[in-house]
Amino acid sequence: MSEGNGAGRPLIAVLDYGIGNLRSAQKSLERMGADARLTADSGVIADAAGVVLPGVGAFGPCMAALEETGLDQQARTAAADGRPFLAICIGLQLLYEGSEEAPGIAGLGIVPGIVRLLPGNVKRPQMQWNRLDVRTPDPMLEGLDNAWVYFVHSYVAPMAENVAAVCDYGGPVAAVVADGNVWATQFHPEKSARPGLRLLENFVSQARTAAAGG
Amino acid sequence: MSANGSSNARIIPCLDVDAGRVVKGVNFVDLTDAGDPVELAARYDQQGADEVVFLDITASSDRRETTVELVHRTAEEVFIPFTIGGGIRTVDDARRLLRAGADKVSVNTAAVNRPELVAEIAEEFGSQCAVASIDARRTSGGPFPFEVFTHGGRTPTGIDAIEYAMRVTDLGAGEILLTSMDRDGTRGGFDLELTKAVVDAVNVPVIASGGVGTLDHLVEGVLEGRADAVLAASIFHFGEHTVAEAKAHMAAAGIPIRPANA
Repeated sequence: MSEGNGAGRPLIAVLDYGIGNLRSAQKSLERMGADARLTADSGVIADAAGVVLPGVGAFGPCMAALEETGLDQQARTAAADGRPFLAICIGLQLLYEGSEEAPGIAGLGIVPGIVRLLPGNVKRPQMQWNRLDVRTPDPMLEGLDNAWVYFVHSYVAPMAENVAAVCDYGGPVAAVVADGNVWATQFHPEKSARPGLRLLENFVSQARTAAAGG
Repeated sequence: MSANGSSNARIIPCLDVDAGRVVKGVNFVDLTDAGDPVELAARYDQQGADEVVFLDITASSDRRETTVELVHRTAEEVFIPFTIGGGIRTVDDARRLLRAGADKVSVNTAAVNRPELVAEIAEEFGSQCAVASIDARRTSGGPFPFEVFTHGGRTPTGIDAIEYAMRVTDLGAGEILLTSMDRDGTRGGFDLELTKAVVDAVNVPVIASGGVGTLDHLVEGVLEGRADAVLAASIFHFGEHTVAEAKAHMAAAGIPIRPANA
């Protein structure tokens, strides 16, 4: 165990697959008390108390970048071994088996289902602040019911039991997925002002507890 | 197709930056450094701004380092989305700024000269970070009503602004930042016809810019221009209005918007 894994500032590995703005996620986790490192290093990831799959961009190029860096397998391993795992925006979509955005390209397959184009007569992307409607209480969502958070996406995860919060965009849209130790947000917590930072603080708490307990 | 019935409006303060410093005077009394764009952006974040735009007007060749450094520092202090525009000519320029922590890059003159730049940025980093900035002026007669200008509104291009908006959207632009150069700096309100014409022509969010002098102008931009977002500079910078006041004014006019204290 690295010293960053202690009860104070838990080590959180922010998976760096080289595309777009991943730094904001790292800086906001640091702000909320984590020793957050933007990394593709398997040793750091193995030592981390929590793992974050951030992301901006398109499904195909992001999946390709994960495979090139070997981070696809490391993400699957981290999600499977019970450590707190948080996927953000395109990271959420990458958890699924595939996406209409990139037909024929397999996703990580950590969560079942296929990501689809936002339905209905709406502008795509949804690029706006929208309000969260929490459907299943979850420690990660403490303080976030009715909170305004920032979305930018054109594709959306399927509605299922694991959708813990939705927003309204021409109908209910999956905003937070919660499945055991795996959480995912369609919105960008690192860009959602105070409520976003609160969610990241909740995640850091999860990681801290996991590191302390074990 | 326009469907912003379910969209919440956004208020976006814009900061003009030259060599890492804010250009136009800013009148917040309690700032330690009124010329520091990062401190100002953080202040707007605290006031409830939905996003911030930096327009980099640095002419010198060392601009890239100061701009990347600005983006780098902003990512540590600002927890709302921010866009950087000005002087972005290549995918590499965009990559450096996004890597440093920018959420979106806006391209203007370089995309008019070579619209494929929009497609290249969208393919590499996604449409959500590819903003096409369009500076337009009314024509006096002629085949189309609005013309694209470049180089800060000085150079006419002979390009139909509405057609150009459709073209860059087809190429992958995820948002249009639309500035009326006729109205910019006048404080006489948005060019609502221009705004509405572009909103009707594309199916991506449109930010209206140029001419805001009162809070009612912001309301008009959304209700009459049907813009998804409104950009303003001087009414916020000079301390006439806070972002919170602007939001309360828009909400009172029936516009759905994130409250400033949310």
